[in-house]
Amino acid sequence: MEQTLYTITVFTENRVGLLNQISIIFTRRKINIESLSVSPSSIKGVHKFTITAYTDLDTIQKLTKQIEKRIDVLRAYFYTDDEIVYQEIALFKVPTEKLLAEKNLEAIIRRNNARILEITPTYTVVEKTGHSDETEALFNEFNVYGISQFVRSGRVAVTKSDIEYVSDFIHEQRLRKAHINE
Amino acid sequence: MDNMIKGAEALIKALIAEGVDTIFGYPGGAIIPVFDCLYDYKDQINHILVRHEQGATHAAEGYARVSGRTGVVFATSGPGATNLITGISDAMMDSTPMVVITGQCASESLGTDAFQETDVIGITQPVTKWSYQIRQASDIAWAVARAFYIASTGRPGPVVLDFAKNAQIEKTEWKYEKCNYIRSYNPYPKLNPDDIATVAAMINAAERPMIAAGQGVAISGAEAQLIELAEKADIPVTNTLLGLSTIPSSHPLNKGMLGMHGNIGANHHTLDCDLFIAIGMRFDDRVTGDTKSYLPKAKVVHIDIDESEFDKNITTDAHIHGDAKTAIEALLPLVNEAKHSEWIASFNQCDEVEREKVINPELFPSDGLLKMGEVVNRVAEATNGDAILVTDVGQNQMFASRYFKYSKPRSIVTSGGLGTMGFGLPAAIGAAFGAPDRTVCFFTGDGGIQMTIEELGVILQYGVKVKIIILNNNYLGMVRQWQELFFNERYSQTPMVNPDFVAIAKAYGIAAEDVENRSQLNDAIKRMLNHNGSYILNVNIEPNGLVFPMIPAGKSVKALMLDANTKYYAD
Repeated sequence: MEQTLYTITVFTENRVGLLNQISIIFTRRKINIESLSVSPSSIKGVHKFTITAYTDLDTIQKLTKQIEKRIDVLRAYFYTDDEIVYQEIALFKVPTEKLLAEKNLEAIIRRNNARILEITPTYTVVEKTGHSDETEALFNEFNVYGISQFVRSGRVAVTKSDIEYVSDFIHEQRLRKAHINE
Repeated sequence: MDNMIKGAEALIKALIAEGVDTIFGYPGGAIIPVFDCLYDYKDQINHILVRHEQGATHAAEGYARVSGRTGVVFATSGPGATNLITGISDAMMDSTPMVVITGQCASESLGTDAFQETDVIGITQPVTKWSYQIRQASDIAWAVARAFYIASTGRPGPVVLDFAKNAQIEKTEWKYEKCNYIRSYNPYPKLNPDDIATVAAMINAAERPMIAAGQGVAISGAEAQLIELAEKADIPVTNTLLGLSTIPSSHPLNKGMLGMHGNIGANHHTLDCDLFIAIGMRFDDRVTGDTKSYLPKAKVVHIDIDESEFDKNITTDAHIHGDAKTAIEALLPLVNEAKHSEWIASFNQCDEVEREKVINPELFPSDGLLKMGEVVNRVAEATNGDAILVTDVGQNQMFASRYFKYSKPRSIVTSGGLGTMGFGLPAAIGAAFGAPDRTVCFFTGDGGIQMTIEELGVILQYGVKVKIIILNNNYLGMVRQWQELFFNERYSQTPMVNPDFVAIAKAYGIAAEDVENRSQLNDAIKRMLNHNGSYILNVNIEPNGLVFPMIPAGKSVKALMLDANTKYYAD
């Protein structure tokens, strides 16, 4: 089966133990999670997980349904890269002395759309947001100076769709509750 | 405030509010406050002291399966909780409603490797529908209400509440409200009218339709609707193992069991049908064998409450997301009356071959040692198909489920998905509590009975009435069968030297007898059934019996075997 990088977004109630419930569904099928990011969503009390993993279409469909089956999961969706706008952030810690010796530093920073966050006599911290291949490119450029620390966040993503499925779902549930309590 | 009560009491009152009157459990350090409180509620809650926590889970499963009510289990922390895992997994696989309450050490010592501390939530999350740790007494009412709602609705399953000791002791205000809504969980999905119309049209257009009814029919109480649909559109009905007894054995449209050891007619017709209507079943590999060659000519319709089952194992052409009862009720007015006489008559040919080649030699042998099938058949006849069948796992399970007779719903309790040896004895005890007016016949093997034989103590203590038939071949028979057929007759670790089961029964005060040969069988069965109490028949069975028909694991229906040397289909 063809392996594609899928982005899975999971919307859950804010309850302890969901990360484990979601991650074991990947573990069970021996699928490696490439990146993971969890944060409160724009909807109060709803948390959003953004997960990337390489797998095939059949597997990702089943896996998403099995995630959604967990009681405290509101909805789970999967996307290919062309369906979402996504971003990562990377931080580079580089020896200041080496950077200062670089004649093209300004060009490198400008070309990569990077930002310098802090400069001390010993190290400089540079921030770069973008796709993995872009942060990777800057990594390769800086690597000649010797990078003392490098960190990349998990992917965050929003859909290109005009429909906000989760908001609609939550609205439907509100109606369902009102109907039950009638 | 005077409605302040201890957490332990809040738990008991919450259980009573949920209608619980029977609990299977075992006390221990971290749950003593709950058992102390139980002492004050003896008149309202019947607690059955099992002999091992695993037994409590299977008993709760047996109770739930025959009654449709949620089984409840109490156990302590640490080893008490870990001993429950097999039964919890079993309930998860077989969609059995169960609420398990485990004691846990006090909140302040959690994470310190305290005495009998185990990460129960971490361990149980993969095998439960929901698990939750109660760390403060004010959580109890909310958590218990949610637990029962989750366990019993939608596709039922086990829920674990891990109850920290401090929360059992601290006081909380008593106020209880049943749960009827969870934002992220909708167990009553609205039927999609388009799906209903599509499926009805497919049924009306079908020339060779067949129904595969699973346990979902029993869970939603759709037995009458299933039969109405089958009769109206004249569709033969087959069952999964757990779907047995959703249609009486004697019904002319009942065409038997699907799967590895199912009936030839049921399996053969999966090759020929043009519409396969799966209701409350999940296309387990023991039903389908090789999924690629399954249902080669059929459109597949799947009716299930669990959306994640659609297209999981078998790609479907249409599905209805909903419980079996509401789905069939919605279909019925749209389904035309039809006749498929020729199609239905075509099962007869398969049945005749099966009767001649498989059933008659198994049920009516003229000489030799006793056979499992013949013992099951004699018991089934003697109980007029009214009894509840409980089985263990292995050959005993397949022979019993094949040859028992079912006339009423919820008449089979067996471990399907997990295939748990040792399930049977405690499940039979639970079934006896769940259906006190019915006879419970429990068929087991010499291996399975010994896995949970300690539960005979429950029979002794509570006078439970279970008719236990040990189909004793001094082998782990099903593994032996695979060794004979697929592993060059290398009987690795399957012969068993067994104890004197009658002597064991005697030690537990249970009436028992050995049955050595055919001439003793009928009278022994009569004594067993007439005895007012539990009874053990230790039946000496031929050591090399084999369950047939058989479709070897992962193979197509075309690989169906009539015996060790005969295939049903020509190559």
